[in-house]
Amino acid sequence: MPTTFAHAHASHCESGVMSSLLTHHGLPLSEAMAFGLASALSFAYLPFVRINGLPLVSYRMPPRAVIRGLERILSLGMRFETFGSPERGMARLDELLDSGKLVGLQTSVFWLPYFPPDLRFHFNAHNLLVYGKEQEEYLISDPVAETAVRCASADLQRARFAKGALAPKGLLYYVTRPPALPDWPQLGRRALARTVRVMLAPIPLVGVRGMRILAGRVARLPLEDGGTRARMYIGNIVRMQEEIGTGGGGFRFLYASFLQELAGTTGYAALDALAARLVEIGDRWREFALAAARMIRAREALAPSALAERLRALAGDEERFFRDLDRAQRAWAR
Amino acid sequence: MLERDVPQEGNSTLAGHRKAVYALAEDGKLRRVPSRGWEVEEIVTRQAVEDLEQRAESALARARAGETSPLEYHMYRARMDVELLSQTTGLWRWRIRRHFNPAVFARLPLALRRRYAAALGIPVEALDTVD
Repeated sequence: MPTTFAHAHASHCESGVMSSLLTHHGLPLSEAMAFGLASALSFAYLPFVRINGLPLVSYRMPPRAVIRGLERILSLGMRFETFGSPERGMARLDELLDSGKLVGLQTSVFWLPYFPPDLRFHFNAHNLLVYGKEQEEYLISDPVAETAVRCASADLQRARFAKGALAPKGLLYYVTRPPALPDWPQLGRRALARTVRVMLAPIPLVGVRGMRILAGRVARLPLEDGGTRARMYIGNIVRMQEEIGTGGGGFRFLYASFLQELAGTTGYAALDALAARLVEIGDRWREFALAAARMIRAREALAPSALAERLRALAGDEERFFRDLDRAQRAWAR
Repeated sequence: MLERDVPQEGNSTLAGHRKAVYALAEDGKLRRVPSRGWEVEEIVTRQAVEDLEQRAESALARARAGETSPLEYHMYRARMDVELLSQTTGLWRWRIRRHFNPAVFARLPLALRRRYAAALGIPVEALDTVD
């Protein structure tokens, strides 16, 4: 069993898992670097994906983008296994732990008993690390928990084999070949270029265009029912932005931290100023969330058009920001 | 967001846990800071939880009045909807809706009741009542 494993608290599960996993395998990488290098920042408004009748709004790339992204760019060896039967999936986990592996799992949040009850929703793309087993309890490093936790075997099995959208099918993963020492400037430049491409993508629903379309939908929210539905709709946006482990401001602060760290690691100081600008944009996302929450609790009159205006302003800010990030990235490339 | 402005409002939804957020420290560097919560998060989380609780309460009242089967109540109590229960059990949505009919539900074979109970994470006996 990996005896030297150290748990680290993170804001976002997937980048937290990869940060701990890579650090354990000899490449100390912060959560912010894991998130940024994998180009995980994004924005997407997907009206055809509905959760409890509300459209999916996401501030990052789809689940597994961080794991797969880092696997590719760091030329890591990783193995992914899914299982048809829960018993086989649990037996394989035990086998890997016995051989000393640190194992990543995809799970549902709902069935994990150590989660606060109010945060237990049927979200199936949660990630955590298992670093050992004592009797019938697994020793778990869940990045969004402050300390390491324990989980009974039966509960973990249920969480791993939950069904529905993004069903994990018992997915487990582990490192088979440790990462090579990366060429930071090259990886950083490419990561920036990928994120710029997504945020400024010439397709609707994604990036700044997705923000503008969402703003249009918010502006047209029906108020005939006294605003019940409109309040649920805007509450859902804020939940995706602040509550679902984003580190605040829909991952914008986390990405700013990545820019700062990349500037420090590579000595490319232009990124420091961009990080400061992104923090300001993140603050504006927080102001949007605050305004929305006040309307939900009727401390302020419900005015979807005012929220839509804030979203449009944010889209403008982010469009300018990512154009400048693109310029910085090209200038860096020489 | 500055480190000293990181909300520490003790959200009930975090149940004593702290979550990590990123904020600017005095030296201008972003750091990971544990937060006891922000009221904004509490408001939107409670809103989503209360919506599910209301559905469960309404199903409970209707089940007591004999207008729906206990299955609908247990479904909402497990924070599911028909769509998710359908994916979890592998049953068609129209079949699940049909099982909300108390008369149909009363005749449900044990195998199906087991399937529902397993999907909802409750003992099969608990499925038959709302108490």
